[in-house]
Amino acid sequence: MSRYLSLVPLFLLLALAAYFAIGLSTDSRTVKSVLIDKPLPAFDLPKFGADGETFGSESLKGRVSLLNVFASWCITCRVEHPVLVKLTQEKRVAIYGLAWKDKPEELKAWLEELGNPYLAIADDAKGRTAIDLGVTGAPETYVIDKKGRIRFKQVGAIDDYVWRETIEPLVAHLEAEP
Amino acid sequence: MIAEVGLFSLVLAFTLAVAQATVPLYGAAVGDGRLMAFARSSAIGQLLFVAFAFGSLTAAFVVSDFSVSLVAQHSHSAKPLMYKISGVWGNHEGSMLLWVLILAIFGGAVAAFARNLPDTLVARVLAVQGMIGAGFLAFILFTSNPFARLDPAPVNGNGLNPLLQDPGLATHPPFLYLGYVGFSMAFSFAVAALIEGRVDPAWARWVRPWTLAAWAFLTMGIMLGSLWAYYELGWGGWWFWDPVENASLMPWLAGTALLHSAIVVEKRDALKRWTILLAILTFTLSLIGTFLVRSGVISSVHSFASDPARGVFILGLLVATTGGALTLYAIRAPQMKLGNLFAFASRETSLILNNVFLVVTCGAIFIGTFLPLFVQISNGDQLSVGAPVYNFFFVPLAIVLMALMAIGPLLSWKRGNIAAALFRLKVAAVAALGVAAGTLLLQAGWAAIAFAVAAWLLVGSVWVIVERMNLSGGLGAAWARAAGLPRSAWGMVVAHAGVAVCAIGIASMSVWTAETVTLLKAGQAASVAGYEVRLLSVRDEQGPNYTAKVGRFAVSIGGAQIDEMIAEKRVYPNPGSETTEAALRVRPLDVLYVTLGQGHPDGVWTVRMYHHPLVVFIWGGAVIMVLGGLLSLSDRRLRVGAPRRAAA
Repeated sequence: MSRYLSLVPLFLLLALAAYFAIGLSTDSRTVKSVLIDKPLPAFDLPKFGADGETFGSESLKGRVSLLNVFASWCITCRVEHPVLVKLTQEKRVAIYGLAWKDKPEELKAWLEELGNPYLAIADDAKGRTAIDLGVTGAPETYVIDKKGRIRFKQVGAIDDYVWRETIEPLVAHLEAEP
Repeated sequence: MIAEVGLFSLVLAFTLAVAQATVPLYGAAVGDGRLMAFARSSAIGQLLFVAFAFGSLTAAFVVSDFSVSLVAQHSHSAKPLMYKISGVWGNHEGSMLLWVLILAIFGGAVAAFARNLPDTLVARVLAVQGMIGAGFLAFILFTSNPFARLDPAPVNGNGLNPLLQDPGLATHPPFLYLGYVGFSMAFSFAVAALIEGRVDPAWARWVRPWTLAAWAFLTMGIMLGSLWAYYELGWGGWWFWDPVENASLMPWLAGTALLHSAIVVEKRDALKRWTILLAILTFTLSLIGTFLVRSGVISSVHSFASDPARGVFILGLLVATTGGALTLYAIRAPQMKLGNLFAFASRETSLILNNVFLVVTCGAIFIGTFLPLFVQISNGDQLSVGAPVYNFFFVPLAIVLMALMAIGPLLSWKRGNIAAALFRLKVAAVAALGVAAGTLLLQAGWAAIAFAVAAWLLVGSVWVIVERMNLSGGLGAAWARAAGLPRSAWGMVVAHAGVAVCAIGIASMSVWTAETVTLLKAGQAASVAGYEVRLLSVRDEQGPNYTAKVGRFAVSIGGAQIDEMIAEKRVYPNPGSETTEAALRVRPLDVLYVTLGQGHPDGVWTVRMYHHPLVVFIWGGAVIMVLGGLLSLSDRRLRVGAPRRAAA
């Protein structure tokens, strides 16, 4: 009995390691490759701050834009936010927000405190659209082309370096497309 | 040149580590003294080579040698010297080098100071250390070479993440690593004991100083990290249940359990299998902590350098290290004889309860941290476990544990008397009831329970000493008696009191925090918890490697100005980000916390202010815990007279 019992920790470790291994291989990268160059999954959500209006994937067609998944409870979003505010102030690119599992009053307080860089915010309170998008954590940012297709997915915060090296050149490239 | 020499030195350290992992093990098996002695010399040699490599990298950072890729990516010539140096470990490659350096320091310390240990044990412990060292050196050499060159060299570097340019964070990783890596000693001793097939009180006493030192360092590291989060992230929180914070709390909980269960092995020759398992578990959790930060399995604010390829390597190391130890455990544990018996009401039971609570808490945090990952893998669904969930189980567990913590030390070994122990705690009970009544007058709800339990533990812990001083015999005699108590007894009392102090800070922070967020123009004021805070001016200022908006505030109570405070919002052009430097008015009993937020047109600023009563107790309590650990570490029985083993 004791002999079998002392094998338990080893099996637990192996099970855990198997999960970690799967976690490493199926991490955001595969989700990314599935959705890249595909149209943005259709959604139509309440538009934050505009009673009764909705905001959906159709509105993202016709111009190159960023769809930023964020939440007021997310610490990294707080780090990322000033960069987005600056991009909007300097009119570099159109940024839309997807508020993920957030409460309207907390969202309001957050935007009042840190500024609002978004042209419009879709309120995904239940997190259904985030699942369709394959969001793995906040913040995440999708680069959407003029035809409304996802062309790139940034996992984690956009800082100046990511903007300069990755997203800005891509946006410039997509702007040049018909 | 210096980079190549540093790299070469690392290769030599790796070669030596491989030899250290094998030769002494063989020597111990065949009883060859010279081969066993190789363990000590190779451990010291490894320390020298790794230290030289680390010194080389530090030199490259200090002279801003941008031909070294790592320096170019993470440093900048305009950075103050202190942050050039802390930049060495403010990135993935350098922090792994620091990890290996600390491992080598612990190995070297065993080689140099563990003079009273049997040669076979030293040989085996150092061989296991050599295996861990070889694994991590291979990791650095094959996946994360810190000395890679960049050609052509850029004129200047990218700069260090400005959030990390802070004294708190510059010192936080070394302490954290001293804790994480320090637990490798407990692990190595456990594996060596499994190889020898012997765990006895002498073994427990040999491991104790290493575990205690690692625990004290880890406590300090977590405390510094939390302090940093409090004043640097700029929104008044001190603990976020972030995956990476959890990663440091889990080994701390397991390590605390280990410290306590090892006492049972030392005093009563019982709980041996469990203690061995805990030693393995504690170091495994340290490795998982490293895995979590470095692999990007779970994204968080801390994982500034994550890469799945590295994650696979670390996962391999984890499986090899822990898997090897647990295989050995599965073979040897059934042969270990069970320990001495004890009654339910006994010191043994109280220490087992301590272990149950700590391990259950640790397990719950583990599930909370990894459940989102497991759920995502199992059915692709997204799930996030937030602070309310953690608080829901953590608070009750902690409260019951603290209530029991006062009773345990009053029970005797083998057979104790709970009623007598409770009777001896009558002063603590009165204090607890008094505090509960006082709290209920001010604030209803669970806060009263939390404060009462903290008072119970604080008074109950100190009471043990007061009782033994026997004040009726005059102060002088009482003092002499107190001084005569073993340092380990003092250490326990101080550490337990530290937990109580910390709990008071946490409880007070969660019920009495006052917060005001408002828009202010220069000259306007707002109030929080009786303080009136007036924005005087916002000016632009130029720092060594940043520009800042500097807000001056006047603080007054009842119309009389008592202080001026300065909050900043800094913009670092390299690598281009912002930080909040909160203005803190720190007093022993409260902290006034003001941050300057977003600027709006017409000179209007978002200003956020908090009043945090007793928040200093949170970190003060942690420092008291560390002092308790150090007191216990200085106990005579750990310094001299290493015990002789009973004949096998």
